[in-house]
Amino acid sequence: MTTLIEYMQYPFVRYALVVGVLIALCSSLLGVTLVLKRFSFIGDGLSHVAFGAMALASVLDLTDNLILVLPVTVLCAVLLLRGGQRVRIKGDAAIAMISVGALAFGYLLMNVFSKSSNLSGDVCSTLFGSTSILTLKAKDVYLCIALSVAVMLIFVLFYNRIFAVTFDEAFSRSAGVNAEGYNLLIAVIIACVIVLAMQLVGSLLISALVIFPAMSAMRLFKSFRSVTVCAAVVSVACALIGMVASILAGTPVGSTIVAVDVLAFALCALGGRISGRTA
Amino acid sequence: MALIEAKHLSLGYDRQSIVEDLSFRVEAGDYLCIVGENGSGKTTLMKTLLRLIEPLRGSIVLGDGLRRNEIGYLPQQTVVQRDFPASVREIVISGCQGRSRLFYTAKDKALAEENMRRMGILDLKNRCYRELSGGQQQRVLLARALCATRKVLLLDEPVAGLDPVVTAEMYDLIAELNREGVTIIMISHDLDEAIACCTHILHIGKSAFFGTKEQYLNSDIGRRFLAPEGGATA
Ligand SMILES: Nc1ncnc2c1ncn2[C@@H]1O[C@H](COP(=O)(O)OP(=O)(O)O)[C@@H](O)[C@H]1O
Ligand SMILES: [Mg+2]
Repeated sequence: MTTLIEYMQYPFVRYALVVGVLIALCSSLLGVTLVLKRFSFIGDGLSHVAFGAMALASVLDLTDNLILVLPVTVLCAVLLLRGGQRVRIKGDAAIAMISVGALAFGYLLMNVFSKSSNLSGDVCSTLFGSTSILTLKAKDVYLCIALSVAVMLIFVLFYNRIFAVTFDEAFSRSAGVNAEGYNLLIAVIIACVIVLAMQLVGSLLISALVIFPAMSAMRLFKSFRSVTVCAAVVSVACALIGMVASILAGTPVGSTIVAVDVLAFALCALGGRISGRTA
Repeated sequence: MALIEAKHLSLGYDRQSIVEDLSFRVEAGDYLCIVGENGSGKTTLMKTLLRLIEPLRGSIVLGDGLRRNEIGYLPQQTVVQRDFPASVREIVISGCQGRSRLFYTAKDKALAEENMRRMGILDLKNRCYRELSGGQQQRVLLARALCATRKVLLLDEPVAGLDPVVTAEMYDLIAELNREGVTIIMISHDLDEAIACCTHILHIGKSAFFGTKEQYLNSDIGRRFLAPEGGATA
């Protein structure tokens, strides 16, 4: 406990906690939609794309990786969604091709061009998140805060529409709602969330951060609103616990958070069982 | 002027035609039943009427000041809906999405309440949709459709998967709505009960038919379709 209080004296520790909480909050919001719309595949594919873009950015030695990673990922989200709709059957294959291709090219690029002496360390931290969230620069922090606030605002503003389009797209379209537009919006938000979450847990673990809180909440609650709120609470709590644990124990932050998420899911599944039996 | 008039419609996906040259008209207050074999294009017709897909040829004219977003739709159930965490209230009020802005107003909430009462599901409003029985789920979707319209309901196999008692209740409910002045266009499978309440019949398939129920029962196609399997309840 005293070590924790000592750590909290440093501004970069407080930054890290704020960023972690915001990212966890954002990534949990769309979890339900992602799972139910069978978009989790897209989420997974996009995280690989983000990895490829990140590799490219680090090879090009850009001062700010996000300048490249964010637009590339958003573009891919739009393309995947469009492609997935036009050719229903080949949608999955397209996603797999793009995501595996991006992964391979990313690694190749880093391997061939990297000037870093610690290549496997770089690759590892892009895949699994930086070994310590404490290395975030102030500029990253502000960007993360701005992006996550934007994501949350959009989600709250379009909450009713996102619910309706997720629950029954055909009905929404029959009511004159621009469902395609909202699908696009959802895809763009997912892309933003993925880029954000990559800072925290790395590209391989993003899906876990997005999906586990939603799945946990779905074990316990019955309405869309309560599931969404519960997912956000679970996600933030897990992120906080995970970050503190990783600071104290010196474990990698991404995998620690995800491990806590898995644990929370197990607890919620158990809780759901028990309350389901008594109800 | 007819509420909905279809003229020489050809329907299909990706320029592949499924139904050719279909014409019919629906007047306000009618109860039209759409019948035909599995895969004959009934759902496709309904989606075309809703403009979820465009007709290959022909036209659909809406009359009597009916606007496109004033049609209530009860889709065939999809897999996604079955494990969706949503309360009855959340689903019913989403029927107002065509008219409302981003947030639902007090008027929308009152309308949702009224339609839940009409469908006899007011006491279920905080329950989870996926835990309801098949009949209750259909009532929820019907209440949602009623939030979207006071005029026309398009129902795609509203009794599929329901047991005989609940099926009869559902048909009563729909007939009651029709008596209250809601125009009904319904796709159905089990002919006997469906035909009991309707005023008009549209049969699509290799040979098509459109007319009143009496005309249909006296036509060759009607007799042929009803005779071999008419008594069987699927
Ligand atoms: N999205 C689609 N794309 C291409 N063909 C489709 C699609 N949906 C249905 N079909 C085909 O259109 C035909 C009519 O289907 P449908 O309208 O669902 O029949 P019904 O509702 O009368 O059972 C079927 O042969 C089906 O295979
Ligand atoms: Mg059908």
